[in-house]
Parts: sequence; structure tokens; C-alpha cells
Amino acid sequence: MSVTTAPLNSSVGDSLGRRAWRRLKQSPLTMACMAIVAIYLLLALCGYLGLIPDFQKAVGEPFAPPSAAKPALWLGLDFFGRSVLFKLIAGARTAMTLGILVACISLPIGLAMGAIAGYFGGRIDAGVQWVYSVIVSVPYILLIIAISYIMGKGLLSICVAMGLVGWVGLCRMTRAEFIKLREREFVMASRLVGASNMRLIFKHILPNVMHIAVVAASMEVMGAIKAEVILTYLGVGVQDGSSWGQMIADAPGELLNGIWWPTFGVSVTLFLIVFALNRVGDALRDALDPRLV
Amino acid sequence: MIQYVIRRLLQMIPILVGVTLLIFFLFTFFGEDPARVALGSHATPEKIAALRAKWGLDKPLIMQYLQFWREILTADFGRSFVSGERLSEMFKQGALVSLAVTMPPFIMGTVLNLIVAMLVAWYRGTAFDRFMSVIFTACMSVSFLVYVLLLQYFLAYKLDLFEINGFIPGLKGLPYLFLPWIILMIVHFGPDVRLYRSILLEETKADYVRTARAKGLSEKQVMFKHVLKNAMIPVMTYTVVEVPFLVMGSFVLEKYFSIPGLGDLLVSSVNTGDFPVIKGVTIMIAVAYSLFNLLTDVLYALVDPRVKLS
Repeated sequence: MSVTTAPLNSSVGDSLGRRAWRRLKQSPLTMACMAIVAIYLLLALCGYLGLIPDFQKAVGEPFAPPSAAKPALWLGLDFFGRSVLFKLIAGARTAMTLGILVACISLPIGLAMGAIAGYFGGRIDAGVQWVYSVIVSVPYILLIIAISYIMGKGLLSICVAMGLVGWVGLCRMTRAEFIKLREREFVMASRLVGASNMRLIFKHILPNVMHIAVVAASMEVMGAIKAEVILTYLGVGVQDGSSWGQMIADAPGELLNGIWWPTFGVSVTLFLIVFALNRVGDALRDALDPRLV
Repeated sequence: MIQYVIRRLLQMIPILVGVTLLIFFLFTFFGEDPARVALGSHATPEKIAALRAKWGLDKPLIMQYLQFWREILTADFGRSFVSGERLSEMFKQGALVSLAVTMPPFIMGTVLNLIVAMLVAWYRGTAFDRFMSVIFTACMSVSFLVYVLLLQYFLAYKLDLFEINGFIPGLKGLPYLFLPWIILMIVHFGPDVRLYRSILLEETKADYVRTARAKGLSEKQVMFKHVLKNAMIPVMTYTVVEVPFLVMGSFVLEKYFSIPGLGDLLVSSVNTGDFPVIKGVTIMIAVAYSLFNLLTDVLYALVDPRVKLS
């Protein structure tokens, strides 16, 4: 949250990105959180490259407690004798894929809708506002369930559903920024020398809004990961067993029988990535805030 | 003011049209055929056709859509496809149950979180403040389901402080509500305190704060008399719009603790293709959401003389 502002003279001739990076580097906690995000991304990538052992394969007795003998047993086994650790890593692949896909769908929509609504105003603005007012008035879960009906249950359909619902927040922020920026001198000046609307939007105004999009991206990924767990628990999420939500749904019965390791593993795994994304998002918000320069 | 309220109410109409179209489109075209769900997979085509005729599903779509509007305007959504109960009765019961779960922790939590936020804002910039913001982020980062799971396990099962699961209507059911209340308060603690803290800190940068200090008021007077009063305006905006969602309850909590509230009703009706229930609940939520947004803006103008409704 707190940011030590760099001395003024050192920021002369620096790009916003480089200045932000220098701010981020000052906090060890933020750097640790960025490392956590990188590790999860790496694990997801390894999963796609087939470098992670198959999580579906039984490697021992059902519900064998954790032992240090070999990596598959570090976090114990589940009711089919599958390794909890490998399941968690497979879950990381699902979660990171989901987060990134949702961000890839919702960010362009949010930015584009916010940009045209804020820039052009009038009827276009009224139309965009109508679309997002309708979306926020319908309970989120209903839309997700409906879209997963249409596309069939599975990873892709929740990605599309969350993406189609998740752009609203960014759209609002982008719209507000565009309304402020379109009247500024630098935009007026470019318009006077004959820049087209598209050029004004993409070349002149959008770069001034990108810091919002970067922060929104990290929040979007985090929100998607958290939401997937809940959706899977409610029965509309990822069904192939490679989901942290499924592991949490199995947990109550296991806990009552004293089998704590799957719950422990999934709680910690989920907490670490959500905490790291939260923290990185906050740090980016502070580091990229032009008002603090 | 009255003109403003009327204009805002009129603006609700296009949004409601959008909501009805969206719901109608999604569930008539893509939802399961409710007649088939109700009769099971072995029903004969004749039987299904007869049930579809009874429910009015064989009429042209445009007629079905207009029928939907008649139901909205008369606030009478007919009977559930599944249980045959009157929907108004089901909604009333469900909403009361949901409110019994969500309202008390909402009120207690808001007051408590504001007090904590004041405390943190008082020590802003110190190591205590920095440490607490890490704690709040950590609280926010625990999944809702993990909170439910662990609190139920430790508080209800291990320590036997509360009932584990279930719901009884009336005052006798109170012991069943304590655990969901505690869970909801804990879930909202992190994000709410963080939000209130940043609102309070935003206020401390305002000019009137400098003026108040300059005329020699103590820091206590500045914070509790001036900053807190002004911060209540954004705090109110955030809390009032939450109210419609309190009526709907929490999907997860209601499923987990088998509480028969509106959220549970909605999720189970989607699974059974009970279109009247889906329509009714969605429209109620959409109307409530718009009305409470309007209420926030009106309250805003009432407490803050600088705001002009236009």
C-alpha cells in the first residue's frame, strides 16, 4: 500500500514502466509474490508440456498419509490412491488457464466498450451503459449457469461465461477515464492537426488508460480462480477432477474421518496464488499511478 | 427531486426489457425442456405435449414473452412447474430465510469493520498499518469455501460450539444461524476494512481537513467529527447497493448448510428447468437492484448538500 516516492530528479527521462519496476523492486513481499505467480505459471506450462506425472494414476494405498519418501507422497494420497501433490499441480494448470483465458476475453471487450462509450458519448454511450446495466442486474451465477448449459459444462464454457460477464468493471473505469481525457489539451491539439478518431483513441488516449487495464488483469485472473472453485462446488465448473474446487467439495467427508492432507494442500495452494495476485495487483496500482510520480 | 425519481424510474424500463429478453432468450432456447425434466426420460411424446400445452409452452414465443410481461406487471408469476406451489408464497418464505441468514451479520459486520478501519486509519503510515494491510489481503485471499469448511470443522465439529448443519424456522432455529453469521462476518472482514480504510484515507487528504487542523482542532476531533462524517457518504453507497443481494442470500452457504433460502431455490430451479421460478427471482433481483441504486443516489443528495440530482 505505502509507496516511497523516488526523488524527483531520478525520474526524469524514465519510462513509466521502468519507474514502476523500480518501485516494485523496493518491496521484498511484492517480489516474493511475483515469484509465486511465476512458479504457478511455470507449473501450468509444465503441465501442458507433459512434464508433470499423470495425476489420475494411483500411486499407493487410498488415503495414505503424507511421507517424505518420494515427491508423489509428500502431500499424501486421495481416496483412489492418487497423489494430492500431482492433483494440485494439475489444478494449477486448470486455474491458470482459466484465469488467463478469462482475462483475454474480458479485457479487450471492457477496454473497447469503455473506450467507444467514453470517447463518442451520446447514443453509443447510452447503448453501452444499457448493455452493462442489464448484465449487472441479472444474478451473476444465473448467467454462468445458462452459458455453461449452452456450451456444455467444462473449462472453456466457464471461461467464456466469466469473460462475457467480467468486462463490466473495466468498461466503467475506462469509460470514466476517456470522458476525462477526451477534453484534455493534448487530445484537442492532435484533433486540430487532423488526427482521426481511431488515432486519437488508440494512439493518444488508450496509452493513458493502460495502467488501469494492467491492474484489472491481475484482479480478473484472481477473481476467476476464486469463482471457479465456487462454481465447481455448485456443480457447474470443471468436471474432469483437475480442479481445486472439486478437491474442496470432497473435503468435508474426508475431514470428518481425520484425513486432513487434501484439504490442507488445496487450501494452502489456493491461498498462495490468490494472495500473490492480490498483492501484485495492489503493488501495480501504486507503482503505475501517475498521480504519485 | 420528485422529477428526478420519476425519470430514474422510467430509465428502469429499458433495463428491465433487456433483463427479460436475456433471461427469456437464454432459458427458452438453451435451457432444458421443463416438461421433459418433470416427466422423466421415459415419458411418451403425447404426455410431454400435453404438459407443454398445460404450461403454455406450445404457444408462439412472442405470446410467451408477452405473458412474461403480464406476470411482471401484475407481480403474479403463477405456480412452480416442479412443486406446483404458488411462487409468491415460495419467494416470501425464501426471502425471509435468506434475510435471517444475511441481515444480522451485514449490520454487525459493517459497524465492526468501520471501527477497525478507523483504528487502522488512525495509525496510518505506521508499521502497524502496513502489517494490518498484509493481514487484510490475507483474509481476502482465503476462498469462501475454505472459510466455510474450516470454520464448520473447528467451531461446530471439534469444539461443538454450534450446530453443524440444518435449519429450523422460527426462534428455535437461532442456534443453526450462529455459524453462518460468523462465517459471513469473517468473509467480509478483509475486503470491507480495506475499502473503508482507503475511503477514510482519501478523506484525510481533503482541504477541509487542513482547514480543521489549521484552526487548531485536535487530531481526534478532525478524525471523528469531520473525516468520519464525510466518509460515511461513500461507505453508504457501498453498503446500500448490497441490500438486494442480502435478499437473495448466499448460494454457497445455503447449499452447504441446507438452508432453504432464495439462493438455494434459484440454483435448484435452474437444475430442474423450473422456468417460472427463474423468471420470478431474476426479475425481483433486477428490480431490487435498480431501486436500491436509485435509493443510494437519493440518500446521497439528502446527506450531502453539494450533490445536485440532475
